[in-house]
Amino acid sequence: MATKLLRMEHVNKSFPGVVALNDVEFSLEAGSIHALLGENGAGKSTLIKVLTGVEKMDGGEVYLDGNEIHVTSPFDAQKKGISTVYQEVNLCPDLSVAENIFIGREPKKHGHIDWKKINEDSKELIKEFDLNLDVTKKLGAFPVAVQQMIAIARAVDIKAKILILDEPTSSLSQAEVEKLFDIMRELKKRGLGIVFVTHFLDQVYEVTDTITVLRNGGYVGTYKTDELEKPALIGKMLGKDFDSLAEISVTQREAGENPEKFIDVENAGTAKIKNVSFSLNKGEVSGLSGLLGSGRTETARLLFGADKMTEGHIKIHDKNVSIKNPLDAIRCDIAFCSENRKTEGIIGELSIMDNIIIALQAKRGLMHVVSKKEAAEIADKYIKELNIKTPSRDQKIKNLSGGNQQKVLLARWLATDPELLIMDEPTRGIDIGAKAEIQRIVVDLAKTGMSCLFISSELEEMQRCCNTMYVLRDKKIVDKLSGDNITEANIMKSIAGEGEN
Amino acid sequence: MMKKLTIGNVSLLIAICLFIAMFVGGSIKYDRFGSVSTIFNLFNDNAYLIIVATGMTFVLLTGGIDISVASNLAFTCVLSAFLLDKRWSALVVIPLVLFIGTFAGFLMGYCIQVFKIQPFIITLAGLFFLRGMCAVVSTVSIPINNAFYKSLALSKISFQIGGSRAKLYYYVFIALAVVLIAWFVLKYTKFGRYVYAVGSNEVSAELMGIDVKKVKIAVYAISGFSASLGGFVFSLYTLAGYSLQNMGLELDAISSAVIGGTLLTGGVGTVIGSMFGVLIQGIIQTIVTYQNLNTWWTKVTIAALLCFFIVIQRIIAIRAEKKKA
Repeated sequence: MATKLLRMEHVNKSFPGVVALNDVEFSLEAGSIHALLGENGAGKSTLIKVLTGVEKMDGGEVYLDGNEIHVTSPFDAQKKGISTVYQEVNLCPDLSVAENIFIGREPKKHGHIDWKKINEDSKELIKEFDLNLDVTKKLGAFPVAVQQMIAIARAVDIKAKILILDEPTSSLSQAEVEKLFDIMRELKKRGLGIVFVTHFLDQVYEVTDTITVLRNGGYVGTYKTDELEKPALIGKMLGKDFDSLAEISVTQREAGENPEKFIDVENAGTAKIKNVSFSLNKGEVSGLSGLLGSGRTETARLLFGADKMTEGHIKIHDKNVSIKNPLDAIRCDIAFCSENRKTEGIIGELSIMDNIIIALQAKRGLMHVVSKKEAAEIADKYIKELNIKTPSRDQKIKNLSGGNQQKVLLARWLATDPELLIMDEPTRGIDIGAKAEIQRIVVDLAKTGMSCLFISSELEEMQRCCNTMYVLRDKKIVDKLSGDNITEANIMKSIAGEGEN
Repeated sequence: MMKKLTIGNVSLLIAICLFIAMFVGGSIKYDRFGSVSTIFNLFNDNAYLIIVATGMTFVLLTGGIDISVASNLAFTCVLSAFLLDKRWSALVVIPLVLFIGTFAGFLMGYCIQVFKIQPFIITLAGLFFLRGMCAVVSTVSIPINNAFYKSLALSKISFQIGGSRAKLYYYVFIALAVVLIAWFVLKYTKFGRYVYAVGSNEVSAELMGIDVKKVKIAVYAISGFSASLGGFVFSLYTLAGYSLQNMGLELDAISSAVIGGTLLTGGVGTVIGSMFGVLIQGIIQTIVTYQNLNTWWTKVTIAALLCFFIVIQRIIAIRAEKKKA
């Protein structure tokens, strides 16, 4: 077998409390395009950061052209021929386009930077990308898509052997994506090895030769693109073997008697998502399913007023309501546990008690202070009910485990006595026991008449908890499943878009 | 091709226009204002501030701040006066004080970078320490009688223009040389461009293979160097060293840079702009003197100007954002 351009073996990497990569392998051949796939938290980004020297790996070996290498910094990676274009454009907006392409390797004349050469060479270079613009203008003056192309131009021009594209297409239009693909194919012909990270599966099938799937920091496998069917690929990403799925029998609970409608969303939209229509009954657990980037979180943020609603209506109990911001939503008895526990959820330096009562306090307004005594009662009640493991309610929340933090956040919202509870990935990154507990809590809450909107990447738990399920693809609700129809096979078919075309 | 207009040079343009407008306005209103002599005196009186503001611009361009420069300058003056008084040779004293100033800057930069401490806090510590050290050296004003200093301080070029005599002291050329060299460094050397890159987006700069650490330490060393060089020029200007000299000068340097179009968030600005910032403050001072007003009116006017410039910069930035979207 020919020597691989790049080989990574037994790569391990841990962050405090999380194993990000566990014995992962990856290999890349020259003149090929290799997709690196996985859901959020699968370890794609970490693997790339390890390869490009942004993070140091805890263990493992990396071979370039058969020789072991130790990448110490992004600059070192560049010198070794590994060039990366990151998801967010990583260039300097205040410098000119030309300078962004050449910084770090400026041509010199008589001991000073040769601006004329920089400007002329950049102009030549970006012509290859069908860009015709004033390279002396500041980069920040151009749209993100153009900036992205310039980042790629820079990466390619650094005489790279390996080009890593980390979700480069998320800000590009269809035509721009096509252009990028042409360039990728051209580079492939020149013998580059390209690593392509994306969550658009159609693009994977359009342009790549090989696929490597990661899940939960572990290596799932490497496959030839044309030998792996899309549903099977989705199965691997989500952790289910597609063939065996059809046989799993489902225990489905009946929705409550005489369902009473709680919320009705008609053609609502924000800047990020359009045409959202669905309804939820009291006591119903409804799931939002779809791949990363399909619009699940955007839908939740729309309901909660976190993104400004620009069109459509929301009706609660058949009355039109206007939800302009999260406080409006809280006062309409809507609660939202966001997916980013650390940045949008917990307030690390505050105690468990303070974290629990904060939403209730907001709902009541600042003139109606939740008394110390009441706060303590509420905190103790939920610590007991939700089985939060902590020595006392005065413990700082940052000292709890992820699962217990999640329960505190759940308590925060239950304390506001909501009629609709939205949970975005409530079980991500917490251990199995806590997961099961949270699933049980959701089902119990629904029995008391609360409506729940449940978002999760794990189909199994969705299947176990939900009465109905909306499937999203490309920022659209494409399917509604209910009762016995909620099977992983059906969900995956909808995600893959089969039976439509 | 249309001339490009960006945040930096619109502010610079406004600053230059404002300077000219004030000069013309002053010339119409007051006798003997509109002369070469007035311009020369602006340089004579502000040479040290131009030097300090130039060094400060490097730090601001990376998105940092250095509030220790006034103390650094004062310490340089006091120590030079003290050592010269002890009959040390000027040729030993000058390199020594410049080295100490630069080293102080380097040390602060090192702490900021290696221990990840906010520049404000570290340079605040530097401010207190150096100002305190001034008093340790001497609490009374020490006159400088060194022959070399005296001859350098008093040598000047003078011209006979019209009816008046215009004088330009030699030390002004130090300031002009500093501005010129800094301009060249920022525009035509790798280091200079890295300063802009780091201020524009530090993470990107690092990912593009720039040694951010070195750049950030270096700008504080440069700021320290120019503060002590400014101190040297200031000791020529006053021929004395006093521990309470130039309190608050760091803020004059920062406001000069901002008026000249430097963004405190980093990435945008020029040393030419900072020089005009200093000159604008100087000319306001001159007008205030001609008008026989309390000198604090200078500060009031500069406050108004600062607000004006910052609002203008924001408006331009917001418009650029909208255009892009």
